[in-house]
Amino acid sequence: MKYLHLVLAALVRRKTRTLFTLFSVLAAFLLFGLLDSVRTFFDQAGSGVAGVDRLITISRVSFTLSLPKSLLQRIQATPGVAEVTYANWFGGIYQDPKNFFANQAVAENFFDLYPERILPAEQRRAFHDTRTGAVVGQSLVEKFHWKIGDKIPLQATIFPQKGGSNTWTFDLVGIYRMADPKTRAQENALFFNWDYFDEARTFGNGNVGWYVTKVRDRNQANRVAQAIDALSENSDHETKTQTEQAFAASFVSQFADIGLIVGAIMGAVFFTLVLLTGNTMAQAVRERIPEIAVLKTIGFTNRSVLGLVLSESAALLVLGSVLGLVSASIVVGSLRTAFGTGIPMQEIGGGIWLRGVLLAVLIGLLVGALPALRGMRLRIVDALAGR
Amino acid sequence: MDALVEIRNLSKVYERGTQKVEVLHRVNLDIGNGDFLALMGPSGSGKTTLLNLIGGLDSPTDGSIQIAGERIDQLGEGALAKWRASNVGFVFQFYNLLPMLTARRNVELPLLLTRLGSAQRKRNADIALQLVGLGDRAAHKPSELSGGQQQRVAIARAIVSDPTLLVCDEPTGDLDRQSAADVLTLLQQLNREHGKTVIMVTHDPKAAEFARHTLHLDKGTLVEDAAKVEA
Repeated sequence: MKYLHLVLAALVRRKTRTLFTLFSVLAAFLLFGLLDSVRTFFDQAGSGVAGVDRLITISRVSFTLSLPKSLLQRIQATPGVAEVTYANWFGGIYQDPKNFFANQAVAENFFDLYPERILPAEQRRAFHDTRTGAVVGQSLVEKFHWKIGDKIPLQATIFPQKGGSNTWTFDLVGIYRMADPKTRAQENALFFNWDYFDEARTFGNGNVGWYVTKVRDRNQANRVAQAIDALSENSDHETKTQTEQAFAASFVSQFADIGLIVGAIMGAVFFTLVLLTGNTMAQAVRERIPEIAVLKTIGFTNRSVLGLVLSESAALLVLGSVLGLVSASIVVGSLRTAFGTGIPMQEIGGGIWLRGVLLAVLIGLLVGALPALRGMRLRIVDALAGR
Repeated sequence: MDALVEIRNLSKVYERGTQKVEVLHRVNLDIGNGDFLALMGPSGSGKTTLLNLIGGLDSPTDGSIQIAGERIDQLGEGALAKWRASNVGFVFQFYNLLPMLTARRNVELPLLLTRLGSAQRKRNADIALQLVGLGDRAAHKPSELSGGQQQRVAIARAIVSDPTLLVCDEPTGDLDRQSAADVLTLLQQLNREHGKTVIMVTHDPKAAEFARHTLHLDKGTLVEDAAKVEA
C-alpha cells in the first residue's frame, strides 16, 4: 500500500492517454459482462432447472415429430413411473412476432408435475373447468398488462382451427409464479388445455408433442428412461427419453454453441485489448526510464521495479474492468426491466464479477510483463546517461 | 582521517560493439571518513564512472572497492540495492525528481524502503526539507520550483535516510551562479556540520573550491592529488 501513490502517479502522468486506455478497457469489460451474462443464462438453462426426477420423452427422429397419445397408458404402467403428463408446442404469436413467448397445449395434470410453478388452487380449478382457459406466467402478465378474465388471441403458425381460422382465443384464468425468483425467466410462457387444442386443430389429432414422466426414485431415472424407450422400439415412433436437465441442455445447444461464440468474440476483444494496453504500458515505461533509473539508484530492487510496473498495469485493467462491469450491470438491469426476465441475460452476479476481475488482473500482468522486465533489467548508469 | 572508501587497482572496461574502451585504469584511492572530495577532469576522463562505481551503481571490471569495511564489488544486484539504500545519497546534475510527486513525496522515496510508518516518513521528509531550507515548499511539485530549489529537494532526498556517503554528479552543472553557490554551501554544511562524506564530480574549479580535496582524472588515471588546507 505504501507504493500506491507511486502507482497512481505513474497512471496520471499522461492523463489523456490513461483516460483513453481506461475507456478501451471499460468497453471491453462492458462487452464481457453482457456476453458472459448471456452465456451464464444459457448455461443455467441446462443445469439450473428444478425437477431432476422428471424425464422428457420425445421422438427419436426429431423433436418436431409427435408421438401417439396411446403411449400414455403404457408409460404410466412402466415400473418406477409415478405420474405422466404431456404437452404440445403451439407456436402462436401474440399481435406481433416480436412478442415471442412459449405457448403450449398441456394436459390437465401438467401443473402437478411442475410444483415449482405456483398456481393458486382456485385458478387451477378454473383452468380445469374452462375449455379455452389459459394459465400465464407472472412476468408475461406484467409485460402485456394482462389480468384474469382477459381474452388473449394468438395467431397460429402451425395449427389452424377446423373452421379455417388462424386465431385461437384463450381466456386468462390463472397466473403462476416460479417458486425460485432466479428462474423467473420461466414465467414467460402461456399454457392452455390440450383437449381443446386437440379437438379444434385440423391435423395431428390424437398425437402429443412430448411426454413428461415423474419417476418414483431419481436414482432409477436411467433405468426408467430405458424402459420407456423400449416400449416403442422398432415401431414407427421410436422415442428418446432423457432427464429434463439433459433435454434442456441439448435444446439450448440446438441454437448454437453459445459458449464457443461468446469465447470467440471475447477472444478477439481481449486480444485487441492486450495489444492496445500493452502498447500503452510499453510507451509509459519507455517515457519513465530515467525515473525508474532514479528509483533503482536510491535502492529499489529489480523486483520492486517489476512489482511497481505490474501493479500499474494491473491497476489500470482492474479499474477499467470494474467500471465496465458496473456499466454492464446497469445495462443488463435496464434491459431486464425494459424487456422482462425473458431476455436471455443473467444478472451480473458474483461469478461474472469474479471472472471479470480475475481476467483483468491476468491481462494486466500479461501486458505489464514486457515493460516491467525492461524496467527491471535496465542498467542504471546507461539509463541515467540517456543511453 | 580514517579511510571510508578504499579503492585498489580499480579498472573499468566498457564494450562498445566489438571495441573495448578502458575508462578507468588501475586506480588506487582512499577517501577519508568526513572528507569532501572534488573529482575533476576533462570529459571522458572517467570521473563519472569512478563516482558510479563508488556509489554502487556499476560494477568494476577489475579491482576492489571497499566502503566502511564492505567489499561492494562483491555484492549481488539485490544486496547492492539494499546497500545503496542505507549507505549512499545521490545528487545528479538534472535533479532527477519524479515530476508527478510533491517535494515531500520525492524526499520520502528512500524511506519507502525502510520499515518506517507513513507518519514517521512524512516527519523525516519534512525535517530533511527544512534542513535544505525548503520546509515551506513541501507540497510543491518539481515544476513549481526553481532549478536551485529542485536541486535542494534532491539533496534532501539524498540525506533523508541519513547515509554516510553523498555522491554528487555535477550538482551545479545546470544552475546559475547564485543557486550553485547555495547548493555548494549546503553540501559544505552537510559535510562540516553533519559529518557526511561528500564526493562530487565537477567541471567547475569554483565549485571544487568548496571541497576539502580535489583529485584530477585524465584518461582513466588519477593524475594529481591536490590536497587543500581547510579554510
